[in-house]
Formats: sequence, structure tokens, C-alpha cells
Amino acid sequence: MTPLNRRTFIQAAGGGAALATLGFPSLVLGAARRVVVVGGGVGGCTAAKYLRKLAPDIAVTLIESKPAYTSCFMSNEVLSGDRTLQSLTFGYDGLRGYGVEVIEDSVVGIDPERKRVQTAGGSRFDYDACIVSPGVGFKWDAIEGYDEQIANQSIPHAWYAGPQTQLLRNQIESMPEGGHVIIVAPPNPFKCPPGPYERASQIALYCKHHKPRAKITILDAKDAFSKQGLYIEGWTKLYGYGTDDSMIQWVSAAQGGAIEGLDASTRTLVGLVEDFQGDVVNIIPPQKANAIAFAADLVDGDWCPVDKRTFESTRHQHIYVLGDASSASKMPKSAYAANSQAKVAAAAIAARFQGKEPGDPTFVNTCYSIVGEDFGISVAAVYSLDAETNSIEPIPGSGGVSPANASPEIRKREVSYAHSWFKNVINDMMK
Amino acid sequence: MNSKKTINTQGCNRLLSLLALLALVPFQLSAESARLPAGPSGQALAFTCAGCHGTDGSSVGPSMPAIAGMDPEVFVDAMKAYRQDERNPSIMNRIAKAYTDEQFEAMGWFFASQRLRLFPQPYDPRLAEQGARLHDDYCEKCHENGGRPGDAGTLAGQWMPYLHFTMEDFISGKRKWPRKMQRKVDAAIEEAGGDAIPALVNYYGSQQ
Repeated sequence: MTPLNRRTFIQAAGGGAALATLGFPSLVLGAARRVVVVGGGVGGCTAAKYLRKLAPDIAVTLIESKPAYTSCFMSNEVLSGDRTLQSLTFGYDGLRGYGVEVIEDSVVGIDPERKRVQTAGGSRFDYDACIVSPGVGFKWDAIEGYDEQIANQSIPHAWYAGPQTQLLRNQIESMPEGGHVIIVAPPNPFKCPPGPYERASQIALYCKHHKPRAKITILDAKDAFSKQGLYIEGWTKLYGYGTDDSMIQWVSAAQGGAIEGLDASTRTLVGLVEDFQGDVVNIIPPQKANAIAFAADLVDGDWCPVDKRTFESTRHQHIYVLGDASSASKMPKSAYAANSQAKVAAAAIAARFQGKEPGDPTFVNTCYSIVGEDFGISVAAVYSLDAETNSIEPIPGSGGVSPANASPEIRKREVSYAHSWFKNVINDMMK
Repeated sequence: MNSKKTINTQGCNRLLSLLALLALVPFQLSAESARLPAGPSGQALAFTCAGCHGTDGSSVGPSMPAIAGMDPEVFVDAMKAYRQDERNPSIMNRIAKAYTDEQFEAMGWFFASQRLRLFPQPYDPRLAEQGARLHDDYCEKCHENGGRPGDAGTLAGQWMPYLHFTMEDFISGKRKWPRKMQRKVDAAIEEAGGDAIPALVNYYGSQQ
């Protein structure tokens, strides 16, 4: 085959479309390569879409147990009543439009020697590269008396959006006028670090209008949390935080917030110092990589170690672990982080299939939280790879949270940015 | 390089402009890679923007501007202004501080070579009609062809909430006016009063 240089390729392929969709010339050199993607969340979907964009000759199969994706990000707005679960739910037809084969099944094993994925439905899928983006699982033994069945029936974690989110919303709506909501926040690291505090905020937003005497207590396994200064500024302004009448209380670990057990029948939480009883209890358990990561021998401890240049597992070649399940140094377990990592992995796989070295990676995280009416806050970071230490580090002098005491206009704008961010993340991952 | 001159002097149509830009990209990238030590490609850098600005810069979120098809110099100037805190602080000023001038240029060329996809948005036809007249009288000289992508940014088809934010920032002094713009906007407001800005924004939003 005559080697084509970049310029002649672009001319031959007709200019704009080629550069816009391929990025790099993608030459067919024999049989089509196959990538199997395990998990239809942000990481898996984004990787599948971008693989097809970067190299349409790669066959991509995505395996996901649910027929549609329901986003966790923005699902706290279901609790305030500002949004329905339906508005967070998206089918996989967008990905099919990119030529991704989407299979509804769950993966039960990955054989790294044969390069083969096994599903519960009895199918096998061979791969040249496998992307595993399974999200988090829960440490059910961390809080005595709490288990998956209780979570489904009466004391939801609602840390995956779905029926438990609706259950929590219904419980808040039907609790007594001066009811007490307890949120148990997990230790680091966990998915969506600002999430428990946005959750308290969104429940307070509902209660402010419908149950103004209600109280919300956050029992925390930590002594500090994400965007803390900004949350406290918002809570002070909107929910009387810091006064005797505050709607929201935060109990740090040092103040006795760490929880060891649950009596589900009385909704009583057993703390190290004292017990707490609520009308509605939401336990967000401590987390680890989801089950398939353990079954496939991809973990070291709770999470999956990866080469940060490509997100290839350091335990098994040709398997790439993205998103919440991966150990990604300074990057938080967030939707935007998974989206950013997925593009790095997709580009690395496409490059390797062409016999090229993957380029230097670059990563971004942005995350918005809605504290209340017209009160949005954000955090942003841009990261680069420190190849010597295999570490992803924030670029000095950049990133950070929204300014403290910003004008009401800025806070209001950040709410609209949050909603536009949501639309663009969903669009970029699966539409 | 003749092709670039064509854009400036004769204002050829968008398709030709795009092709002309594309022809420059390989030179730009190869010059880039020869000069710079290893680092992320323009494409890799630009991919990280999509979570907020849409895939390849065509935003579907009304508060985030579309940046596909953007003039690369306008892109670089905007990023430098954010980096220097010269624009009303949004998340962009925090993000822009992470990048070098060369990286801004590489991203700018990437977005310039992307096709701008516009999405329908609701607008008021009466205001849009009034806005079209105001645009012709006060804006067209710099924002040519009804504000289509060019060296004065992208207004045509741009998201209206974003355009409103931008005009609020100019008028409240949180963003520096480009040369002559303040005088033109003042004149439009003198003619149409409080309707002037909504009319212009609705006009740009009506171009879908």
C-alpha cells in the first residue's frame, strides 16, 4: 500500500468531513479490529462514540444490562421536584447511529488470555481491546444492618439514579411537616464528591417551600468536603445555616458523624458518639470498583490501577479501565472526568491499532452544583500527565472553585451553566 | 497562503473559507510539532472542551456558546482574555490559565475546521425583524453576513441566553468593548430603547 501523508489523505478524502470526523487517517490494514466496551455509563458511551469518530473501521460493541441510561448527575433535582427521572433517562440509539453495536446483557467475566468477554446471557465476545467502565460498587459490610435489600425497599442509597431516587423523593414528600431527613455521607474516595451536599441542598429547597419546619442532617465520615466554603455560603444565605433555626446541619466525623450501624426498623443510625433517628434516612455507603472489576482481576485494593497515559490496566494488557472504577490520581470520580478519560483511551486504542504510540494525554474536570434557587457553584481543573510518577496532576495556577461571595448574577448564571453542562455532557457521550 | 488572503479581501462564502482554513491546518500542525516538545495534540486538547461546548464545539446547551467553525484568532483572543481575567469571571477564566499560547492556537485551529451545527431555539419573530434592521444599521459593518462566523466572532445562530449574558457584560462594564462597538450599541439603544438588545439577540437566534 502506498503510504499517504496527512495532507494528501485529507485531499483524497474530500477535505472537511475527513478531518472533522477522523482526526487521523485511518487506513484499513487487514481484518477489522474489535473493541468491546463493558458498561453503558459516561465512560463507556463516550469511549464507544469517540472510537467510531476517530476510526470508523474499528468494530465497537457496548454491553450494558439496562435498556437505557439514567444519569446520576442532576438527579438531586428529582429530590427537590425540579426534574423528573424521565428527563434524566436516555436510550442508546444515538450510539447505534455512530455504528456502535449495543447489547443488553451483563458481563460476568473477562478472559485476558483469550481476549474474550463472557456475559450472563451466555454470549462470548472476542476483543482486540476491551474497555471496562463499570462505575462504583458498595461496601455493604461497612455499616452493620444495612444491605442491598434494605436499600431497595426502605432506606435508599439513591447513588445510582433510578427507582431508589424516586423512593427517596416519595419518602420526603410524605414525611411529617416537621420531619427529619438524615443523609449519611461516605468516606473518600467516592463517586461525585460534592453530591451528598448538593443532595442536602436540593432536599432543603423542597422543604423550604413545602415543609419549612423540616430538618436535614448530614452525618459525615469526613471532616471536610468538596466545595465546602461555597456550600456553607449558600446554606447560610438560603437555609439559615449557622443559626439555631438552620434547616441543614452538618456533623463532621470529629463531631460524631461517622456511622457504624443501622437499625432499619426504627430508622436509627448508630454513631461512635451518639445515635440519630430520622423520618427519612439516606445512606450513601462507602465505595469500591463495581463487581466486574473484581471478577476480572482488575483491582488492587478497592480500585483499578491504570497506566495514566492510556488508561490501560496495569494488571492485564489490552483492557482499559475508565471512570469511577479506575484509580486516576488527582481526578475526582465524576461524569466529566470519565468523559475526558474515555477520549484519551479511545485515542490511545485507535493509535495503537495503527501501530503508533499514543500521544500525550490531557484531561479536564468541570462540575456544577445547584445549592438552591439561582445559586449555582462550580469546580474546574485541567490536568496533565506526570509520566515519571504515572500521576495525573492539576496544572499549577489553573482550576479551582467559583469565587466566594460572587454577585447574585454570577450565582444565577452558574445554574444555567449547570443545565447547559448537563445537556452537553449527555450529548457528547451518547448523541 | 493565497487562500487565506482570499478570505480577507474578497469575503468568499463559508464553504470556501472552511476549505481554505483546512488547507492551512496540516502546515500549522506540522510546524507545531516541529517546534514544540511532546505535548497533547490540538485535537486532544479540543476534545476536553466538548463536555461543555458540545461534540467538536457545536453546543446543545443554550448558556454555552457554540465554538465550532470559529475564527481561530477570535478563539485565541477570547482564551487569552479569560486567562488574564479580562472577561467577567465564569468557569473559563479558571480553565484558560492551564494553557500556553501555542495550545490556544492548536485548539483554535481544531475548532475552526469543525462544521458548525445549529439547533433550533425559540425566538420572537417581531423582535427578530426589528433586530434585523438594527443589525443592518449598526452591526453589519463588523459582524458581516448577518453575524455569520468571521473575524468578529459567531453571532448568527448563536445561543440566545449566551448572547444575553455577553451583552449584559459589555453594558455593565465587565467586558471591554471592541473598538467602536460601544458607540454603535449606544446608538442602537437610542433608536430602539430597551428593545434594542433583545431585538438583536432574537435576530441572531432566528438564524437557524
